[in-house]
Amino acid sequence: MKAWFKEGEHWVWFSAASVSISVVLVLGLLSMISVRGLVHFWPHEVYDYQLKTDDGQFEQIVGELHDTKLKEFKNQQTGVIEKIPQFLMKVGNRDIYGIDFRWINTTDIIGRQDRLDDDVTVIERFEYGNVYGHLQAIIQNGEIIAEQEQVLPMMQQLVSASQKLYQQINRIEKVTLGGINYQLEQLRLDQKKFEAEGRLNAEVQATLDQQRAELNAQFKEQQSILTGLYSEFNQLGEVTLRLAGGQVIHVPFKSIVRFWLPNNMTMTDKLGFFFNSMGHFLLGDPREANTEGGVFPAIVGTINMVILMAIFVTPMGVIAAVYMSEYAKEGMVLKIVRISINNLAGVPSIVFGIFGLGFFVYIIGGSIDEMFYEYALPSPTFGTPALLWASLTMALLTLPVVIVSTQEGLSRIPTALREGGLALGATQSETIMKIVLPMSMPAIMTGLILAVARAAGEVAPLMLVGVVKLAPELPIDFNAPFIHLDRKFMHLGFHIYDVGFQSPNVEASQPLVYATSLLLVVIIVSLNLGAITIRNRLREKYKALDN
Amino acid sequence: MSEQNMSVALDRDHRGMNLDGEEIAMEVKNWNLFYGSKQALQNINMQLPKNRVTAFIGPSGCGKSTLLRCFNRMNDLISIVRVEGEMTLYKEDMYSKMMDVAALRRRVGMVFQKPNPFPKSIFENVCYGLRLQGLNDKTVLAETAEWALKGAGLWEEVKDRLDENALGLSGGQQQRLCIARAIAIKPEVLLLDEPTSALDPISTLAIEELIFELKKEFTILIVTHNMQQAARVSDYTAFMYMGDLIEYTDTDSLFTNPQLKRTEDYISGRYG
Repeated sequence: MKAWFKEGEHWVWFSAASVSISVVLVLGLLSMISVRGLVHFWPHEVYDYQLKTDDGQFEQIVGELHDTKLKEFKNQQTGVIEKIPQFLMKVGNRDIYGIDFRWINTTDIIGRQDRLDDDVTVIERFEYGNVYGHLQAIIQNGEIIAEQEQVLPMMQQLVSASQKLYQQINRIEKVTLGGINYQLEQLRLDQKKFEAEGRLNAEVQATLDQQRAELNAQFKEQQSILTGLYSEFNQLGEVTLRLAGGQVIHVPFKSIVRFWLPNNMTMTDKLGFFFNSMGHFLLGDPREANTEGGVFPAIVGTINMVILMAIFVTPMGVIAAVYMSEYAKEGMVLKIVRISINNLAGVPSIVFGIFGLGFFVYIIGGSIDEMFYEYALPSPTFGTPALLWASLTMALLTLPVVIVSTQEGLSRIPTALREGGLALGATQSETIMKIVLPMSMPAIMTGLILAVARAAGEVAPLMLVGVVKLAPELPIDFNAPFIHLDRKFMHLGFHIYDVGFQSPNVEASQPLVYATSLLLVVIIVSLNLGAITIRNRLREKYKALDN
Repeated sequence: MSEQNMSVALDRDHRGMNLDGEEIAMEVKNWNLFYGSKQALQNINMQLPKNRVTAFIGPSGCGKSTLLRCFNRMNDLISIVRVEGEMTLYKEDMYSKMMDVAALRRRVGMVFQKPNPFPKSIFENVCYGLRLQGLNDKTVLAETAEWALKGAGLWEEVKDRLDENALGLSGGQQQRLCIARAIAIKPEVLLLDEPTSALDPISTLAIEELIFELKKEFTILIVTHNMQQAARVSDYTAFMYMGDLIEYTDTDSLFTNPQLKRTEDYISGRYG
């Protein structure tokens, strides 16, 4: 035993244990958010319970089982604390019952089906969440056109027709009409601009009016198409379902996202449903105060912001690092600058947010508005939180990381190579551009990876400089100039915070929070993997230098 | 011999050196160099003949590499270095304010102690200096690269893999590539700073043969630790000690009949 300590064996075990704990923590974290997140996409089976209510009545409950927990109850007679398991049931039908989720005491269950009910149908709606019930009939123009067995096949047809119509309507509303509206808005601003500059004469006015008239005509035309589609949409009719309480609910086809029979699915069906749900999540717009639907705008916003940030921070950081390690004279000033940069990395991120709001948004953005967009005031163009300011704030936040790792890379380039370049008649700047910087690329990439990971995961400062709960438009679209730096945007990190902690329907949004977290991790990891692949390829190229 | 006497003897010896019939490429007059307050070169005076190999020998720290790096102003990179005196290349003042240092370095090429190829292809390494001059014509580049690689005796070994990374070559090949890179821009003078000290005997031999070929076209200055090498490749040899140029004469005389005892001690291996 003494020898064991003398050899330092206990230290080896100690460090091995530390490593294991870290690995277990990381794996635990990843597997927890993966499982909880992915379960969100898997079809839940629907259970049917008979409950005894407090007033001696009976109640039937149909829904998905989402969670169980033990709750402590004090027995009134004996005073003993008992632990009773509770089920969290998603009963849906928010418009009828008022709430989506209910906790039920298992002691209240007096009857439950041994066999799951095959005919239970779940309908996902654009509003008011899911419907759980039994299909009854399909009604078109006040007439019943299908009942009982005929309902299901006809329903499938009608739902796919409604999905197609929805897509058409959505495209016209968002892309075509959105584009026309955007152009009209530009025309309005142009007119204000001409007015402000005093160049608005009859000729200009006439061209503007003509353009406006053309756009309005287009708008009308599209709108009439839209009206046609909408009436078609309304004529699809509705389906009636019998709910657990015996009520009947009418669901118009135009409000149906999709429907499924959860207790009557094969494994293939379930897998199909799983990927379909994922598609809805990744490509859909959020609904119902972000607690349902997809996160597409948040994905686009996050990636946009990160890429813009990388475009800002890389040249800035690299140039600063080159100056400090290649040109600046060693001395007190350089020392102070170095210390400041290192300290900048430790400043809390919310401070950067405040700075971004005060400096970028109000001072710079405000001045830009005054100088170039005065005609649009009082409504601000750049003097308001926006994608541009968020990216710049993030670039500032991650600048120290890029500078420090670039400097490390530069200092690793052997003097012999610089001298080799200079001896061939290269100036110092040519040597830096053609030899030193290309060889420092792996280090620059490392800095960028760290910066991207930090920026994509940051929430606090973004809330101040451009991220919103729900952005009406994406920061990129088909209207020139295609990328709109002056727009507000959505961000996955903020989405998690918003859905998880700011939503009225916490139980409903919980799986979405996990799914979004998983997505954020996946995006950051894949951005990192991409950068790491590039870095490794570059390293391979310069490998022989290291020995 | 006292220091005083030696310096007198040195001056006399130097002036008496027979460079008749030689065209002078470079001339050094009253050259002093300081690292901060420490003097590293003391009053160096010498003439370097064109198309000849001049070797610099001496114990470590004697200043021979420092002197060599003065010939293409590599010492400018060290901020604490200060120089005094005059140095000319074909009668042109190399240290005048008017001199374009980059242009000077194109006229005075240099090969370093450790091979330092760039992490690029063999072809790009050789063409690097040419591209810096704005030369981008594919055929001209290819011809020059072939000429330079042949000149450096490397063509046969690499002609089929010019696009491969230069870092994949062996040490000796890398050093010859560096020579090819240096001669590709056709300098007037070629400085070799212990070019074989990091190489095996066979590569060393190859480079020594190469030096013999190269002196037809270039004026060559070589710093070496290896006295046999100096004896084998050079026409003139300068022996330096503690920042002084002790003896400078034709190689045969220096090795067979050294004028000063210190030189004799060094070449006979009594110290060094």
